[in-house]
Amino acid sequence: MAGRTRDFLHTIWNTKGLARYMFWAGAAITAVFVVCAIFAPWIAPYGFDQTSAHGVNFPKLGPYDSHHLLGTNDQFYDIASRMIWGARTGIEVVILSVILAGLIGVPLGLLSGFVGGWVDRVLVFLMDALYAFPSLLLAIVFSFLLKGKLGSGILAAALSLTAIYIPQYFRVVRNTTVSAREATYVEAARAIGARPMTIMRKYLFSNVVQSVPVLATLNAADALGTLAALGFLGLGIQPTEASEWGYDLSRALDDAQGGNWLPAFWPGLMIVLLITALTLVGEGLNETVNPALRRRRLKPVVFSARVPADVAATGPSGGTHGVLDGPDDRPGGGHEEAAT
Amino acid sequence: MSSSAGSGSLARYILVRIILVIPMMLILLTVVFLLLRVAPGDPVSASVGGRLPPAILAQKRAALGLDQPLYQQYLEYLGHVVRFNFGTTISDNQPVLSVIRDKGGATLTLTVGAFLIALVLGLPLGRLAGRYRDSGADAVIRIFGIVTYAAPIFWVGVLLVAFVAAHFPSWPTYGIASAQTTFVVPTHTHILIVDSIIANYWSGVFDILKHCVLPCITLGLLITGVIIRLVRVNVIQALKGDYVEAARARGVPEGRVVRKHAFRNALVPVITVIGLQVALTLSGAVLTETTFNWPGVGTALVNYLNERDYTAVQGLVTFFAVVVVIVSLLVDILNALVDPRVRY
Repeated sequence: MAGRTRDFLHTIWNTKGLARYMFWAGAAITAVFVVCAIFAPWIAPYGFDQTSAHGVNFPKLGPYDSHHLLGTNDQFYDIASRMIWGARTGIEVVILSVILAGLIGVPLGLLSGFVGGWVDRVLVFLMDALYAFPSLLLAIVFSFLLKGKLGSGILAAALSLTAIYIPQYFRVVRNTTVSAREATYVEAARAIGARPMTIMRKYLFSNVVQSVPVLATLNAADALGTLAALGFLGLGIQPTEASEWGYDLSRALDDAQGGNWLPAFWPGLMIVLLITALTLVGEGLNETVNPALRRRRLKPVVFSARVPADVAATGPSGGTHGVLDGPDDRPGGGHEEAAT
Repeated sequence: MSSSAGSGSLARYILVRIILVIPMMLILLTVVFLLLRVAPGDPVSASVGGRLPPAILAQKRAALGLDQPLYQQYLEYLGHVVRFNFGTTISDNQPVLSVIRDKGGATLTLTVGAFLIALVLGLPLGRLAGRYRDSGADAVIRIFGIVTYAAPIFWVGVLLVAFVAAHFPSWPTYGIASAQTTFVVPTHTHILIVDSIIANYWSGVFDILKHCVLPCITLGLLITGVIIRLVRVNVIQALKGDYVEAARARGVPEGRVVRKHAFRNALVPVITVIGLQVALTLSGAVLTETTFNWPGVGTALVNYLNERDYTAVQGLVTFFAVVVVIVSLLVDILNALVDPRVRY
């Protein structure tokens, strides 16, 4: 596993162009949010539902000062604390829903692709129908139903989101399984008498899950947006259960119309930053993992001293020249002509 | 499948695709029914329980057919949907179809306006980013695409409202038209802007267009992000094609290669995916309408959700499902007409 991780990082390192920087920028921002989420009780100055400290009530819609870094909102909460606690809520919900969706979608896809026949057809049809449905509406319906049973906490929110993402894992895993099923290594396994379960677990699974991390990262970004949308519509997590950015935004709508836009600005900024970061990581991963999109970095090669001095002095790159190590490395059309 | 290309295979493709709509619709309707009718128990007491005496509650239940066995309710539900009967709301006792008729025009206006903005912005920007891949312009356009996609649509809306309210106080920031316009324009099509044109009431048209600007930009930016990403990737793929190389070898100028050769072919997959964005657009419309107090189907849905009106929610969600299925059918047919490879 460690070797595989190293290979993976190596691939990212050797990728050329924007994809690499985007990946690292996204990873860095995500890391900041993860730190906020884990250490929220120590970083945040106040609790997420705290409206007074040391016997002094917080002001309503107070401006920023030494006690409240970003001011307070219309429910007397400290905005800075809500933002930090919100990272914890968002990441908890997203991780829970993405893992649950993966746990259901991946085995289903594997089974459907491997078994084939009518099981496959029915499952594909069901998943396609679910996938075609507007995801926010699906989440709305689920949270509407779960509200009575589970209340409006983190678990209910995560479960409402889970159903949206199952079909995506299913589709990706099922399609890769179908194409891998007839591969020589599977035939070989069958020939030595491996049972279907063994083939699925030992041979197909590890070949098929490779596309899951990209999908999971992009889904995490999407789930965060949907969670905020639920909160904005008043169907998400209630403020007494946990701090949620979308809910805070909905509370700030009226203030914005009155001209006070800061209480709305901060939660939105948090959502944008985290979604952008996750998308950057996902896209970066996609461009590095997907060979069709990948462009490798040119490896610098230093020629020996026998190179004549006038050639070595032609450009700023001096004695370093590119080595082509893939068809994609042809200095391609667009830029060249754009530069001239 | 036979490999013979021609009108026969196209007709057959369309026929098969239309027949496939039936099971797809059936599955969606079943999911909607199971979720909303089976899970929660009793819709009547959830929405008006505690406010009415038990006898009237039982009467309401019977009127909705909730005292019948489940399979009978299911068959009845399907039978109603086939006849475009989406039920009657519990909270204000209106046929869901008339709610859709009254509010659908506003939602249609919003989504069409948003799509126009998205196409005008997204197609050229995506082409630019694809052509000059990895350049500064590409980086800026891609980050714009990601951020507009990442920014919660309601946040963009709220900030736009705050900005406009501060700098242009007379510009309308909520609703679809001023009270005068809605009062003066007679109803024909239930689409206010069309009615206004029919009535030759041009100050009303102007008023509605002014109201449209902010919501359409808000929803349009969301779709723009998607279109930019799509067009960019497809232009990059198309530029790798042999025919592009061939065009370049013939000495066709690069701008023309991109415009006439690569971009045209890059658009084929884009049509499909733009069609699939209808689901995203509907989700976005619900949020945009809530933000701008836009009198559309989305606002109605949110109101009924807060009223805990199960039949209204079920009817509206069913309607959305029908729309999605029909649009995906139309997109597939359009795609088969444009791209012969689809209908093998």
